[in-house]
Amino acid sequence: MLKIEGLTAEIDGKQILKGIDLEVPTGEIHAIMGPNGSGKSTLSYVLAGREGYEITGGTATFNGLDLLSMEPEERAAAGVFLAFQYPVELPGVGNANFLRTALNAIRRSKGEPEVDAMQFLKLARARMKELSMPEDMLKRGVNVGFSGGEKKRNEVLQMALLQPGLAILDETDSGLDIDALKIAADGVNAMRGPNFSSLVITHYQRLLNYIVPDRVHVLMNGRIVQSGGPELAKQLEESGYTAVQAA
Amino acid sequence: MSVLFEPGPEGFLRRYEGLNARLPGHRTPWVTALREQAAKAFREQGFPTRKIEAWHYTDLNLLARSGFAEALTPVDEDVALPEATAPQRVVFLDGRFRADLAETPESGIPVRSLGANLSAAEGLLGGVAKLDEVPMAALNTMLFEDGALIDLPAETNGGAIELLSIIQSGERPVAVHPRHVIRLGKGASLVLIERAIGRGDGCYLHNPVVEIVLEEGAHLTHARIQQEGPAGLFLSTVFAKAAAGATYDSFLLHAGAKLSRSEAYVSLDGPKAMAHLNGAQLLSDGQHGDCTTFLDHAAPDCASRQTVKTVLAGKSRGVFQGKIHVHQIAQRTDGYQMNQALLLSDQAEIDSKPQLEIYADDVKCSHGATVGELDEDQLFYLRARGIPAATARSMLIEAFLQEAVDAVEEETARNALATAVAGWWEKVA
Repeated sequence: MLKIEGLTAEIDGKQILKGIDLEVPTGEIHAIMGPNGSGKSTLSYVLAGREGYEITGGTATFNGLDLLSMEPEERAAAGVFLAFQYPVELPGVGNANFLRTALNAIRRSKGEPEVDAMQFLKLARARMKELSMPEDMLKRGVNVGFSGGEKKRNEVLQMALLQPGLAILDETDSGLDIDALKIAADGVNAMRGPNFSSLVITHYQRLLNYIVPDRVHVLMNGRIVQSGGPELAKQLEESGYTAVQAA
Repeated sequence: MSVLFEPGPEGFLRRYEGLNARLPGHRTPWVTALREQAAKAFREQGFPTRKIEAWHYTDLNLLARSGFAEALTPVDEDVALPEATAPQRVVFLDGRFRADLAETPESGIPVRSLGANLSAAEGLLGGVAKLDEVPMAALNTMLFEDGALIDLPAETNGGAIELLSIIQSGERPVAVHPRHVIRLGKGASLVLIERAIGRGDGCYLHNPVVEIVLEEGAHLTHARIQQEGPAGLFLSTVFAKAAAGATYDSFLLHAGAKLSRSEAYVSLDGPKAMAHLNGAQLLSDGQHGDCTTFLDHAAPDCASRQTVKTVLAGKSRGVFQGKIHVHQIAQRTDGYQMNQALLLSDQAEIDSKPQLEIYADDVKCSHGATVGELDEDQLFYLRARGIPAATARSMLIEAFLQEAVDAVEEETARNALATAVAGWWEKVA
């Protein structure tokens, strides 16, 4: 389970997270909704371990591990996966090589045997088929020349291969048309189970029609200001964030 | 260090005066005249100093203060050879052509010793070299003893050839000045992998000069792989001219030596000629690498492409100087130049000097330069997928170099370069 208590963080001296309290029990999917600038992306980066954020207070643990004291690769090995809002392009790094290196790094840390190139290809092809990804995306540079939708699908592919215990989806819906959105949502829903939890970060309710969350939290100005069931997302869609702010 | 060998230009001039009655071609008037002309040019210029604009970033003090001897290698000395990168190979040991070590497949083409076949090089040798402007080429012309002579007849496909030079170094610094002369007749093609490797940790000077004439429609792929010893000084010069429709496709790799500078003087003399002057420099602690090119667009409708990448680790210094001169006649020139450096340490330094001189009015020329460290976002992306930081760095550096080598279209040359790059990276990582 992911447990965040009193988490505060700043960037360049500006406080962004102002005391986050959040629990995502194992097996549940929670959504975090909020307007632009509320701290959604900061929260995802802080949990994944990106540099440049200063943690000024609070804790974040995943299955009892102190995430904030771990390197990004250690968090990934512990099962934390961040699907990037803006997946990074890596010219010269082949997608297949990247995916296999990542998969084997995770497997090594779990004490599992590494997969060889043939085993990997078999695995990757099966997953790609599920995600309607053309096979030549394995041969290309990581995210290089990918459309917005292809990049997001590549994120979901990585998640499907790495089988994380906690997936943080940072605005995975942005830039996706409805078909791509469904494919991405199917990818997440396929992961659902007693050992998987997810934090779905989104501006819009749209994605939550396809990934139905157990809980919805509203993040505004660096704090969780409201929590509720899936119906909260629909209310927000109708009334907008300003109504919450006024409440 | 032995006092027998006078340091500086005087040492080399003294050598020439003592040796010239024994150097190859000493009975052939055009050769002796050429050597005299070279000696005069070298005497007047001496070693380039940093006061000369084109040498501002590279200091030859190390060369100027050492005294060099000749390599006194037995003509049949045994030597272990690295795996060949092409089906045909010729070998030079300490500058001497070793016919006994050559590998020639049935389809091989004649590659002759220049020293033994000077009469066949009349009109070619010294035909493209600029002795009055390039003192290292003057020094080479004054003292060269051997090299490869390749004169490929029209419409011949010469396949792929490795031209391997091995220099053995010991306590006494030696100087070797190989001279290679290459002509491809009309429509002929050749892949030439020129590879320089050093054995031993001693100081030496390797000063090769390559003269290349490409006749109409000829196509030369020229991969130059410098893997000199850790105290080696590598100062190389290529002079190439391409006639109408000819292509000079070159790639320079600096992966060894204490100090290396490679100059290329390439002239596109006929319409629709094409040049690739790509390269990569892999510099680790204490190394200095300099890639300097002069490209003349001297005819209309020619194209040139240049991407040079430098990776600098530890306290190393890299230099890129690329001059493109578009003559007034060279309308519709299409030129592209890119220089990229990746700094892996705070103590590394790169100096980059692109220079475009354009006298034609209808041209398309672009150039750019980037200097940077590894991209933090890219590193984080890899680490967020569980890839350890050191592996992630490695992957990004390899990717940077991979892109450079991928520019080489011809497979044999590209593979040879990729192997050399991977070998360097394994040593450094």
